[in-house]
Amino acid sequence: MSASEPGSTGGVRTRPRGRAGDRLLRVYVWLVIAWLLLPIAVMIVFGFNDTQSKSNVSWQGFTAKWWGRLDEYPQLLDAVDYSLKIALLSVLVTTVLGTLMGLALGRHRFRGQGATNLMMFAAISSPELVMGASLLSLFISTGVETGFWTVVIAHVLFSLSFVAITVRARVVGMDASIEEAARDLGASAWTTFWRITFPMILPGVVAGALLAFALSIDDFVITQFTTGGDVQTFPLWIWGATRIGVPPQVNVIGTLIFAAGVAIAVLNAVTARRRGT
Amino acid sequence: MKRLTPYLLVLPGGLWLAVFLVVPMVFMASVSTQEGDLVNGFAQTFNVGVYGDVLSQYGTQFLRSAGYGLAATVLSILLAYPVAYWIAFRGGARKSTYLLLVLLPFFVSFVLRTVSWKFLLADEGILLAPLKSAGLLPGDFHVLQTTAAVIGGLVYNYLPFMILPIYVALERVDPRTVEAAQDLYASRREAFTRIVLPLSLPGVFAGVLMTFVPMTSDYVNAAILGGPENTMIGNIIQTEYLVNNDYPTAAALSFTLMAAMLVGIFAYARALGTENVLEAAAR
Repeated sequence: MSASEPGSTGGVRTRPRGRAGDRLLRVYVWLVIAWLLLPIAVMIVFGFNDTQSKSNVSWQGFTAKWWGRLDEYPQLLDAVDYSLKIALLSVLVTTVLGTLMGLALGRHRFRGQGATNLMMFAAISSPELVMGASLLSLFISTGVETGFWTVVIAHVLFSLSFVAITVRARVVGMDASIEEAARDLGASAWTTFWRITFPMILPGVVAGALLAFALSIDDFVITQFTTGGDVQTFPLWIWGATRIGVPPQVNVIGTLIFAAGVAIAVLNAVTARRRGT
Repeated sequence: MKRLTPYLLVLPGGLWLAVFLVVPMVFMASVSTQEGDLVNGFAQTFNVGVYGDVLSQYGTQFLRSAGYGLAATVLSILLAYPVAYWIAFRGGARKSTYLLLVLLPFFVSFVLRTVSWKFLLADEGILLAPLKSAGLLPGDFHVLQTTAAVIGGLVYNYLPFMILPIYVALERVDPRTVEAAQDLYASRREAFTRIVLPLSLPGVFAGVLMTFVPMTSDYVNAAILGGPENTMIGNIIQTEYLVNNDYPTAAALSFTLMAAMLVGIFAYARALGTENVLEAAAR
């Protein structure tokens, strides 16, 4: 190997090949993204399909009539209503409990911290199926009737750790000396929390709450195990409809939820950027 | 008071986890060794033999689920890594836009996404019907009710969970370390295999944890996209619990599944550090 070789030829040889590789990689990434978005496009488009039969499979022409006929399936609207109520209630509970946990884990050292971390880890990594099955075993054994409230309990369970971790990350990244300064200036612990700590962790709390909402509204497996016959959420209704054919109204509601979700995510990202966090 | 603060803060959430996560596992174990039926009630008989029964009866489904989970995980790594790599190193100022695109499927319900694939892949659906009428595919060609459809569905539904942690790990790689390697005469390939790849492995490990477990225990994809030959252990557990109401069998199956998963997860997390995996999981 001569001294002049690696510096000159190495650079010349690898760069053009690298660019071709980059271009190929770019095409590949867009193909994967297209694959990821394909079923969403189908969902949106088939909400405008002028289908005659219940099985909404082949394209029959454009119509917007389904958007005005959502009430054709009253149980579908009930299901959406249940989904929203369950999501809002469970988010409320999860956000309060998760924020408190996040504060404890981020700010304090205490006995049982390892056990708490372990339980949170188990809640995140256990299969949904097992969580649902064991909750159902608990409810069967103790004679608790499954329905609306058992679903709320389950939804709080699986989103709690995510909120706690999001808030903990925020608490850890926070400068504790600001709180100390407030205390030095005579603020009570209560005042310090609401005037200093809470506003500083708020972005973490909001992010956690949004995540919990998304997890709740989308959940199928645990909900199926912990609900009774009367309470169906939107995903459960779709599951029931797959056997007889999914009506276009499902596509319309799916599109509405999708649009709302994207709007909230974009809004959250924009405000976060403006705040500089 | 000050010493009590952390306990008071952690107590409500900790209790929730203990009562609704840990305690139910004990109840599930207890239900599994009971005998009886829905009409006459179930009684505790410590029938440990049920575990042998379910393993011999549903061993095929256990193995099939593990096989599907493994295949889908490997495919996910292969598909996700280049995407994560490109966004992390070539995404430039639009990184968050690409990430949002990758995450868009999460704004559509999991079941609805899978149903959407059923539309797409239907025997006379919008993909296959034109190909068949053009004579490019035989008339009896089908994708639904095959192993490929189920594994494809699993990969589709969980791919973002693999892309994200790998992306997070790659994002942290300092580009200067790659430059340094190249200054020291490493080829592009060497710089990748000896610098970038090892640094990104924790992301791959987190991704495996976040995809293998839910994919192996999934029953939605097999139920919607698969046929009778594709029944996974999740389908059996779901049917036994919610349709046949054979709680002991169902509980024994779930407990076996959970035990296998937990042993795996904790061995995995021990080897890699719980905190790291937790943090990667939270992103």
